[in-house]
Parts: sequence; structure tokens; C-alpha cells
Amino acid sequence: MGQETLIEAIRTKLGPAVEGVADSFGDTVLILRAQDVRPSLAALREAPFDYAVLLDLTCVDFAAAEGRFELVYHLYSMSRNVRLRIKASVNAADPSIGTLVGLWKNAEWLEREVYDLFGVRFEGHPYLRRIMMYEGFEGHPLRKSYPWRLEQPRIPLKDDV
Amino acid sequence: MSGFDFVATRLDTAIGWGRKFSLFHYPFITACCGMEYMSTACAHFDIDRFGAGLTRFSPRQADLLLVVGTITHKLAPVLRTVYDQMLEPKWVIAFGACTVSGGIYQNYAVLQGIDRVIPVDIYIPGCPPRPEMVLDGILKLQDRIQHQKQDWRWAKRP
Repeated sequence: MGQETLIEAIRTKLGPAVEGVADSFGDTVLILRAQDVRPSLAALREAPFDYAVLLDLTCVDFAAAEGRFELVYHLYSMSRNVRLRIKASVNAADPSIGTLVGLWKNAEWLEREVYDLFGVRFEGHPYLRRIMMYEGFEGHPLRKSYPWRLEQPRIPLKDDV
Repeated sequence: MSGFDFVATRLDTAIGWGRKFSLFHYPFITACCGMEYMSTACAHFDIDRFGAGLTRFSPRQADLLLVVGTITHKLAPVLRTVYDQMLEPKWVIAFGACTVSGGIYQNYAVLQGIDRVIPVDIYIPGCPPRPEMVLDGILKLQDRIQHQKQDWRWAKRP
């Protein structure tokens, strides 16, 4: 499947969920509506697309943009040896998106990481809690709004050293 | 000089000499500086030449804590516990820029120098430090141990 035919097939399959298509160093990038991400990725996981592997799931904070947090999903098809990047923006006031748990096992920890560091909630996640930062940590450190160099020590520190 | 002082001073020297050549170290290794620690500890540079070759993997058997690599705020209570578990007399070497000052990291995660959590005797800067610097640090610590006054608790204090 060439890139044009692939994009055509994806557009046919997903319909209005696809907001845009781009190319990044030879790999296809899809921009999806946030509310359609889970059903779209469920469709892409099946034949003929066969994106069976969720390589990565991460987030970018565009502090000034309307849809402030951009979720980035990396899919990989082992049968066709191609990658697909999917982006979806969620708004700043209530950043939430459907979970991928149930489709890919590794989504559980990846989504917990994004929740921990960016504060994006994943609707339907069975166990959404911090994975990297410790109990009692306040805020989400990779947000642009997190205070610069703010430390939250767990034990009292000596300052006069 | 009283007779006691003379004996105590000779004993200080003898005990210091004994301690400085029998450093049992506990490696608290978290990051890439561990590679330099390994090369220091193994045959090429060989800290065993300075009597510090016996690595103990229990803090209760160690008297030299080698803190090697980045310490985060998440890990700081663990480091504190390990230090508290060591028996007196004990010494600490901060190995590498991260343990000395936080190194290249200053953000929400990284402790800005382990001396904010535990006392440190010798600082070895470098990212990572060369094994020669580590050996130099151990020699400086040995010098310090040699001249350290012992805690004669039963002696009369002025």
C-alpha cells in the first residue's frame, strides 16, 4: 500500500474523524478529533491497516494554543513495516481523552505517565494514578505552567550548605 | 602534656592508620558515574591498592558511603535511610557533579547536592570524574581519617 492509497483508505474508513494529514520524514501523520481517537485507533489496529503495536504515547504542551495539550500516538504495523503518527488536541480547561486500555496493554502505563506529568485525564482508564512522581507531589511537572525549578522535597532539606 | 594525652595521641595515630587502610565501601550507584566507579574499582585503577577494595552490599557492614550518580527527590529519603543504617565511624564521598551540586540538572526532580540530606566528607566533581580523581579523593579521605581525633568519650574534657 503506497502512502496515497493508505491515506485514501484511512479517510474512507474513519470519515470525519480525520482533521488533517501530513508527512514527516516519509511517515504519515494523522490529525484526529479528540473524541474519535479511541474508535479510530481500534479501527486502525485491525486489517487491512494492521497497526498492531502501540510504540509510544506522549503529550506536548503548547501553552498559548487553544487546544493546548496535543496527544501524540505512535503506531507500528509489523506485517507492513510502516509507522503511523497520530495527533489529537485537547483543550486546556478540561484536558481529557478516551483511554486506549483494552486495545493495547502498554497503554495503561503510558497513559499513567502522561496523566502524571501533564495532567491529561484518560476517560475509562482503570487505575489512573501517578507513576513517576511520588505520593504528595502537587501539580504536573511537564506543564508549561509548572513553576520553574520548583522542588517538592519529601524530607526536610538543609539549606545552609 | 599529660600521660593520658600522650597515650591517646599515639592511639589516635594507630587507629587512624588502621581505619584508613580498611575502608569497606557501600556503593550507592544510580547513574552513569557508576561506569567510572566500576573502572576505578576494577583491575586497571584498583582501589584495593589503597585498602578500599572490599565492597559491602549492606550499609551495616560499610564505613564509607560512595554516593555515585544523580539523586532525585524521590530517592532522597532512601539515601538518608542508608546513611542512618551505617555504623560509626562513617564517611561519605560525593562522587560526580550530580551528587555535589545537582550537576547539569536543576528542575522539579533532582536534589541539588546530597549535602542537603546527609553530611559529606569529600566532594569529587566531574561529569563523570576520571578514575584518577576518584583515587585522589580516596587519598584525601585517608589523610583526613589519619588526622581525625578519636572520640574518647571516657576521657576528661576541659
